[in-house]
Amino acid sequence: MAFIKINHDKVSDAAKLVKLCPFNAIEINDAGQLSINSGCRMCKLCVKKSNGIFELAGEEKSRPRPDRNIYRDVAVLAEIDGGSLHPVSLELLGKARELAQKSNAKVLVLLPGKNAGVFADTLIEYGADAVFVYENDKLEYFLAEPFAAVMEDFIRENHVSVFLVGGTPAGRALAPRLAARFRTGLTADCTFLDVSEDGDLEQIRPAYGGNIMAHINTLYTRPQFATVRYKIFPIPEKVKNPSGKVFHRSLPEEKYASAAEIIGVFPKKRENSIEDAEIIVAAGRGIKKKEDLAMLEELAGLLGGTLASSRPLVECSWMDPRRQIGLSGRTVKPKLLIACGISGAIQFVAGMNGAEKIIAINSDPEAPIFKAAHVAICGDIYKVVPELIAKIRGEAGK
Amino acid sequence: MKIALCIKQVPGSTSVEIDEKTGVLKRDGVAAKINPFDLPAIECALWLKEKTGGDITAVTMGPPQSEAVIREAFMMGVDHGIMLSDRRFGGADVLATSYTLAQGLRSCGEKFDLIICGKQTTDGDTAQVGAELAEFLGIPHLNNICAVEKAEDGFLYAVSEQPLEKLRLKIKLPCLISVEKNIFEPRLPSYKLKKLTAGRKIKLLTLDDLEDKDPEHYGLNGSPTQVKRIFPPEHNTEHVFWQDGDVDAAGNFFNLLKENKYLQFLR
Ligand SMILES: Cc1cc2nc3c(=O)[nH]c(=O)nc-3n(C[C@H](O)[C@H](O)[C@H](O)COP(=O)(O)OP(=O)(O)OC[C@H]3O[C@@H](n4cnc5c(N)ncnc54)[C@H](O)[C@@H]3O)c2cc1C
Ligand SMILES: Nc1ncnc2c1ncn2[C@@H]1O[C@H](COP(=O)(O)O)[C@@H](O)[C@H]1O
Repeated sequence: MAFIKINHDKVSDAAKLVKLCPFNAIEINDAGQLSINSGCRMCKLCVKKSNGIFELAGEEKSRPRPDRNIYRDVAVLAEIDGGSLHPVSLELLGKARELAQKSNAKVLVLLPGKNAGVFADTLIEYGADAVFVYENDKLEYFLAEPFAAVMEDFIRENHVSVFLVGGTPAGRALAPRLAARFRTGLTADCTFLDVSEDGDLEQIRPAYGGNIMAHINTLYTRPQFATVRYKIFPIPEKVKNPSGKVFHRSLPEEKYASAAEIIGVFPKKRENSIEDAEIIVAAGRGIKKKEDLAMLEELAGLLGGTLASSRPLVECSWMDPRRQIGLSGRTVKPKLLIACGISGAIQFVAGMNGAEKIIAINSDPEAPIFKAAHVAICGDIYKVVPELIAKIRGEAGK
Repeated sequence: MKIALCIKQVPGSTSVEIDEKTGVLKRDGVAAKINPFDLPAIECALWLKEKTGGDITAVTMGPPQSEAVIREAFMMGVDHGIMLSDRRFGGADVLATSYTLAQGLRSCGEKFDLIICGKQTTDGDTAQVGAELAEFLGIPHLNNICAVEKAEDGFLYAVSEQPLEKLRLKIKLPCLISVEKNIFEPRLPSYKLKKLTAGRKIKLLTLDDLEDKDPEHYGLNGSPTQVKRIFPPEHNTEHVFWQDGDVDAAGNFFNLLKENKYLQFLR
């Protein structure tokens, strides 16, 4: 087994070396010596950065690689949400097409649901080579066991190599259950995916609250599961000559059983979600009082956009949590995002840097938001925004 | 009801940064703390215990110093503690972590009716350990639980928050739930309980105490995912910078909106 060896004779500044490790795995033990604790993920960063103080020792065990002739195809879970296909399913389908092309594989879509079959054609238009439909009344609402049973059946039939699942509540319940069932790897909330010719999935995801990015592989087990949040990838174009096929599958009735029973469904008030907005005005702590949000609301209204915010405004209850952008909020991908009085903490930026155009207004010339913005306006929102509103109103009145 | 509670120690601050030139991590030395998402899970367990009786066992996997989170749980009213700690558990990803927790729960000599997890951790941040743990234990699980109502006749009644609706569910025990951050306002640790529980024993489990003793199933060896490299997030490179006062920022802004056809629907 490979491990990190410490060459204690070379150590001069132990405290500094402790800081090398992003996982807090380097520590100074009771004897005052450096040691590696169980936090070690073998990322080897310390080996690279310490000029020989940390060394890779021991053998990396050679494990058998999965047979490419058996595990080949790229699969996507299609989700039905409120009577229509969840757009994240199409986004993933687009990415799956790309991955399949590169690795000479097919794109398979798993489509479970009560009357799921009606969506099969759409999925084929967007490039699925095969859609596997599982229809059953028990699949109307999401319950883990029946959906997991369907997914297991599908994987066993198709020897899936890569499985992309939306980072939705259902996806976040299913992907881990199946990853554990097949004893394989699952990488959560990927923001970048690529594949090697051999079919190894290259996965990049933010870690440590978005402060670092981690590149992750699942080399020895299949399927390689990855979840991706809504709005990370674009919805693809439809294909020119769709030629995919639809297959209907079913399971013995008892497989659809669940230990949980839904005894009440309370629809939430539908509101335009910020994820679907094309134009977003985002408010931050530069806003001094709740009433001042009206100014930004007005700007959003004039542009036909939606008001959203950073976390502090949600924490002080000025904004609804569903309007929070960021790592612990929503990922948005509008055509235009205007950030007003937002510092640009990495956790906020992680949720919006996919926007096509980012304009930031901030009074602090050093504000990190300016690094993410295409247009940086150094100024006071209480001056710039009212002036802008006046100009737009003038234009509208022409 | 016997409740197991999975809690984790996380770095006190996630504000690590990578120096872009040297690739070295810059970290402020904030001490480790209990995963904030696990505090409402503790409160949820305490609430259920008050309603139905029974006891609560906090379980954590981590290096020896993570014992601190169990002590903190004691100070909030948790009854027992289990530490899964072994050098061979190190480097665990989601799969190996869940497997180790499952082995710990199976091998500790107790049978639990309910297992409660937090929504996610602030370091691993995957929100997936709960569901994988349930799979390894062969029990059902529910995510996104935003309210628990009661436990009665072998069933738990709870509400799950979904994007378009709230689902009220009745689920057969034993089961596992992952709870949302806002499910309960966690109480503060009590000084009285701190003194009272200072000497309380925490059960330590190493690999040798588990049913499955194959080291290949734990830690780095048992982790199918591998971190190939880590790097700082990238920034956008094309910038325009307008200093209001030096230029007419609002005027420029307006022209930009107009030129890029953001005002097209205005009549
Ligand atoms: C694990 C974790 C997850 C998180 N998730 C999220 C998340 O999902 N979303 C999120 O937003 N945050 C998140 N945060 C919090 C994040 O770190 C920041 O604290 C937060 O984004 C800061 O919000 P802000 O920019 O509005 O406020 P501040 O950082 O206080 O910035 C206010 C800015 O307004 C400027 N300003 C003040 N007055 C004016 C004026 N009159 N005109 C112009 N500019 C002005 C200031 O210069 C300053 O830059 C998370 C943190 C952690 C640890
Ligand atoms: N090492 C661990 N020890 C105990 N519980 C854990 C551990 N890691 C994760 N958990 C539990 O799983 C939940 C989700 O964690 P994660 O999947 O890492 O985001 C946490 O809120 C904890 O309840």
